[in-house]
Amino acid sequence: MELAIGLILGACALGAGMAMIAGIGPGIGEGNAVAKACEAIGRQPECKGDVTTTMLMGCAIAETTGLYALVIAILLIFVAPNILVNILVNTMKSL
Amino acid sequence: MKTSRRFQLLDIFYIIMMILPLAIGMVIQILTKPLSEGITLTGARIFFTIPMPLQDFYITESQINSLLVTVTILFFCLYMVHGLNERVQLKRQHFAELIVQSVDKLVVENMGEYFKGYAPFIIAMLALSAFSSLSSLIGLFPPTSDINVVGGWAILVFILITYYKMKCGPLYYLKSFTEPIALLAPINFLSEFATPISMSFRHYGNILSGTVISTLLAVGLSGLSSMILGWLPGVLGNISWLRVGIPAVLSIYFDVFSGCLQAFIFAMLTMMNVSGAFPMDEYFERKQKKQAKKQLA
Repeated sequence: MELAIGLILGACALGAGMAMIAGIGPGIGEGNAVAKACEAIGRQPECKGDVTTTMLMGCAIAETTGLYALVIAILLIFVAPNILVNILVNTMKSL
Repeated sequence: MKTSRRFQLLDIFYIIMMILPLAIGMVIQILTKPLSEGITLTGARIFFTIPMPLQDFYITESQINSLLVTVTILFFCLYMVHGLNERVQLKRQHFAELIVQSVDKLVVENMGEYFKGYAPFIIAMLALSAFSSLSSLIGLFPPTSDINVVGGWAILVFILITYYKMKCGPLYYLKSFTEPIALLAPINFLSEFATPISMSFRHYGNILSGTVISTLLAVGLSGLSSMILGWLPGVLGNISWLRVGIPAVLSIYFDVFSGCLQAFIFAMLTMMNVSGAFPMDEYFERKQKKQAKKQLA
């Protein structure tokens, strides 16, 4: 029983960590976006406001995939262990 | 400008009503949070449940807090427009006019002239989202870090999008799924639901990640301070000195900047999605045809 619960917790933590590998993508993407925005501002300093607004919008949209991973990781850490352990306990009881 | 006594009293009433809901929220927080809990990362606490046939209806912290924030915004708006006059007499009128004009400009710029009436909706969404996120500054549970609240807003936006897609009739709406080829219909159907999910997850994930990191930092700092400064005598050793001031630096980014930015982005995406969903050329073409038919008949 303890072994099974430990396995569940460990697998949830491992899964959460692996889900956050998706954080690499938005990091690269946002870095690219900000670099290009800096270039654009350097070339045309007068349209700084527009470029900054568009960049922030683009960053937010690029961030989405990372946030999906984050939500999944948070669910795996805080929600999934309780549910899985409950299922395990209930099945053990019924046996 | 000289103001009458009645005017001043009403002003004071508005200001009190602006602060009172937040104070009530803090009192509720103090009364219901168990002392022994310490620093923990929990979701919205459930105050009471209303039994319902399908599923119990939970009244949680996030619902109460978002209602309190709404009341605060309402009285803030009433305060701003109090004493509105054609000849500007109060300083706050300039501020109110600035807000209204800039939102009008933003909406017309992003959505076009047809959607000009959407400005109040957009600013309401923006203010609600920003104030909800900022309410974590005074120690309340930010309602935006609960997916149910943000999901509700996203569903509202989804209904608006579908309404504008249906403007040219349900047949035209169904036909739009088969663009560019009929084979892609199921994928188009799925991507329809991706909009509210991505909108709600984006907002909620950003605020929640800030909360998680702040909590981790608080726990880490309290451990560190008990390790370094634990030798201080008596009560002094129990106070985690390192937690004074340092988390505020992170809070500037995670609560203030991120909260305001996400509110702005949510409003921007609402504008873009709603205005992008409306087939404007087709709609006006059909309208003109109908009018021509009427004139013939």
